[in-house]
Amino acid sequence: MEFLPTLWFILIAVLWAGYLFLEGFDLGVGMLLRGFARGESQRRVLINTIGPVWDGNEVWLLTAGGATFAAFPYWYASLFSALYVPLVLVLLALIFRAVAFEYRGKAHTALARSLWTWALCAGSYAAAFGIGALLALTTTGLPLDANGDRVGGAFAWFNGYAVLGGLAAVGFCLVHALAFLSLKTDGDIRRRTGRILRRALPAFAVPLAAWAAVVVDGHGRTAGWALLATAVVVLAGAWAAARGGREGWTFAGLGAFLLAGVAAIFVSVYPVVLPSTLDPAFDLTVQNASSTPYTLGVMSVVAAFGIPLVLAYQAWTYWVFRQRLSERHIPAPHPVRAIV
Amino acid sequence: MDFLTSVLDADPLIIARWQFGITTVYHFLMVPLTIGLGLLVAVFQTAWVRTGREHWLRMTKFWGKLFLINFIMGVATGIVQEFQFGMAWSEYSRFVGDVFGAPLAMEALLAFFVESTFLGLWIFGWDRLPKKVHLATIWCASLATILSAYFILVANSWMQHPVGTEIVEGRAVMTDVWAVFTNITALVTFPHTIAGAFAVAGAFLLGISWFHLHRRRAAGIDTVDDAGRVVVGEDPSHGRGRDRTDYRVWITSLRVGAAVAVVAFLGTAFTGHHQAQLMFEQQPMKMAAAEAACHDGTGFSVLTIGDLSSDGATTCDDVVAVYELPGLLSYLANGDFTTEIKGVNTLLPEYQEKYGTHLPDDPMYGDRAGQEINYLPLMEVTYWGFRMMITFGGIAAFAAAVALWLTRRGTVPGGKWVSRLAVLGIAAPFAANSAGWIFTEMGRQPFVVAPNPDFDGVDQVFMFTAAAVSPGVSAGELLFSTVALTSVYAALAVVELVLLTRYVRGGVGSAMPELGPAAGPDGDSGDDSDGAPGAHGGDDVLAFAY
Ligand code: HDD
Ligand code: HEM
Ligand code: HEM
Repeated sequence: MEFLPTLWFILIAVLWAGYLFLEGFDLGVGMLLRGFARGESQRRVLINTIGPVWDGNEVWLLTAGGATFAAFPYWYASLFSALYVPLVLVLLALIFRAVAFEYRGKAHTALARSLWTWALCAGSYAAAFGIGALLALTTTGLPLDANGDRVGGAFAWFNGYAVLGGLAAVGFCLVHALAFLSLKTDGDIRRRTGRILRRALPAFAVPLAAWAAVVVDGHGRTAGWALLATAVVVLAGAWAAARGGREGWTFAGLGAFLLAGVAAIFVSVYPVVLPSTLDPAFDLTVQNASSTPYTLGVMSVVAAFGIPLVLAYQAWTYWVFRQRLSERHIPAPHPVRAIV
Repeated sequence: MDFLTSVLDADPLIIARWQFGITTVYHFLMVPLTIGLGLLVAVFQTAWVRTGREHWLRMTKFWGKLFLINFIMGVATGIVQEFQFGMAWSEYSRFVGDVFGAPLAMEALLAFFVESTFLGLWIFGWDRLPKKVHLATIWCASLATILSAYFILVANSWMQHPVGTEIVEGRAVMTDVWAVFTNITALVTFPHTIAGAFAVAGAFLLGISWFHLHRRRAAGIDTVDDAGRVVVGEDPSHGRGRDRTDYRVWITSLRVGAAVAVVAFLGTAFTGHHQAQLMFEQQPMKMAAAEAACHDGTGFSVLTIGDLSSDGATTCDDVVAVYELPGLLSYLANGDFTTEIKGVNTLLPEYQEKYGTHLPDDPMYGDRAGQEINYLPLMEVTYWGFRMMITFGGIAAFAAAVALWLTRRGTVPGGKWVSRLAVLGIAAPFAANSAGWIFTEMGRQPFVVAPNPDFDGVDQVFMFTAAAVSPGVSAGELLFSTVALTSVYAALAVVELVLLTRYVRGGVGSAMPELGPAAGPDGDSGDDSDGAPGAHGGDDVLAFAY
């Protein structure tokens, strides 16, 4: 076991877990804009619970991508080129979503506003599904040749694991968002999120647990099983907390469930970062896909300094915006009128 | 159908290059405005916090609003940039990842996080943070945009001039991170690009403020006395949106913008000169192509005609320099007037000898293996790109200097056409920036990582663009993404322009509802209580919400 590549494998797992934890609820809030939110004023409450933080959350994705490039260039190159078409769709979804945050409130007509709502909502679903599929496939494998390139055409990556991973991400985002909203809002939204969580919390988490179970079972490592068991226990705890109306514990429990689940997956697949379904000899591993020790060393120093700093000021941001929002906090829309 | 098959048979490399070019140039339309305007907004807010004078607050809010409308498009298009190296350029990513990935990852970790988090704090923090802390958030965000520019330019400069690297088992491996981050190419490209960004922001302030001052004059709000001095008035029918402070907003913005544009242009000229000197050493062929210079010489071409196409290798001798400034090229490149700069005819054999005449028979070149290499970049692009950059920048700077002179008595001249020109002029520095990048990047061809001639030993750290594209990705996939991204970008460009126009036409009131018509002449706010700490308790309506 080589120390630095392993450390970076762990750091990348941490970045992905951070991304799913943070953007998990803000993607979920985007999804809840249709089907859950009742009317324009509730939609605005939802959007504003994540307004100050969604972009910072998204940078976890950029950092996960950038860190993979720096630490495991072969993993980055093979995974992203093999999943070309789905990633284009994810990018389009993220573009629409990002722009919708800023431009929705500036829409002049009801039609434009509703189009932006759809962009945010559908963009959130598509992004979550696509990223879930990507992560699932990096654990279950892609048809890669000796050079690490996909064979079999543009859709050769498609299989049931992609769907499972997509559903896992969507389900987790939804439930995490419900828990987040019950912490961050007041009034009708808070009551209704609490009710859904009490009744159905575990249902949303099933696909994620199933994906973890598939991966853990495929490798049969004890540590994987232990972490998976922890995840399930924590999930039960989160549900109990939801039934007891303990909003903070519910949210924290779901977060812990995610972390334990991701840990179970990453512990199981180690040291393979991207298996080839054609020939295990073509697997990309922590050793053969990584950068040199020199680069990894430099990046470790930067990460040791950077990651705690990011955690500190992002935590501070959540503290600054800790206030619960409800419909009465939302100012009247401000239509811009040409004066010249 | 024929068309479709012919398109799908197309070389994925060509499509990938078009896609990278389109998406990056588009990203760089937002980038310079974000960089330049962000810092200016921070300066305006600082002036407000220190003096408490209302026009600074209004400037902060108004320009801040336009900044945000633009910023979000930079974010949205930046995400594509981060992933497309792996998606479309996987061989490139494998070859360079050990060196090139590091600045990219650092950019995300050290700059993008700060930028996005602190901007969120700034947007929503007006009524929740103490005034000075709130001011600090915009400084953090704006300095982070500049930091991000440094990181990405380190990455880009390494492709122009690889340093701190050796080849181990066929891939570039970092040996000296310090050398990579203090790459001389990065150290001159960075100030040049930042200066170019401020040229954009300056012209933006200038054009929009001119428009508003002109409209105030046209509406009879401001008049001019016999001595040509402005007599400021107000128009209560628009609430406080067009009062005396409003006049100060525009005249201050105009003069700040014009001064910034002039200084920024001087900055680009100064640093550009250094870049030309480096280019002459590092990428002599780019320099020759930028001059369409077939033969060795010292003159800077003002106008050259003839066939500038890339088979120039054979037709170069048809190119005729109609008018040259003798010695200037030599000055740009070497600081004196007599050094002969090598022309294409001299350089081609040198390149062929060093880097081969044909692409090697290596599987990494796929179908392209064995093709003849053309070392001459598209001269139409390099020649005109170089001149467009300088000309558009120069026009903008000249116009800004004239604007400073014309507004010395406090307002703009009445002419409608001048006002239209001022607004149109906003486009010039944008064009200069795009031209600069297109020149820099296309002038590097056929290399994606240009060889570094002053490297110890043999300059073997280079990569042909033909080897960089993802082998597993088909022309069809690339075409799909290029068409999808281009059409989405085009649609969003329209949306952004419509929104910017609407907010500009709404005046300061579009960023400060309290000034708008609804508030009436004695509507309250805008003064020091706005944004003061603790002004709003937990139960109040938010000062800002999406
Ligand atoms: C000289 C400056 C410069 C250059 C050459 C580039 N960018 Fe950029 N980029 C910025 C300067 C910038 C910025 C000023 O920092 C932006 C613009 C708007 C913004 O949000 O930040 C940004 C945004 C931005 C974002 C979104 C960040 C966020 O979510 O906050 C990403 C992922 C990238 N860029 C990535 C890239 C890549 C991979 C490039 C190379 C091909 C690139 N940029 C060229
Ligand atoms: C934002 C400013 C930039 C602009 C406007 C720009 C423009 C371009 C253009 C027009 C091309 C196409 C060249 C051609 O096909 O002939 C290109 C190619 C490329 N550029 Fe840049 N570029 C920018 C910054 C960067 C940066 C910062 C990087 C790396 C970090 C980069 C990496 C590349 C790569 C990998 C290619 C593809 C290979 C190629 O076709 O040369 N570019 N760029
Ligand atoms: C006035 C004289 C100017 C000179 C002599 C000059 C010179 C140069 C040179 C030599 C390069 C190519 C660097 C390379 O390929 O290695 C370059 C690139 C560039 N220029 Fe200029 N430039 C000038 C004005 C401007 C202006 C006014 C702008 C924008 C407002 C601008 C924006 C850019 C950009 C964005 C690039 C590409 C990035 C880079 O390589 O720095 N330039 N310039």
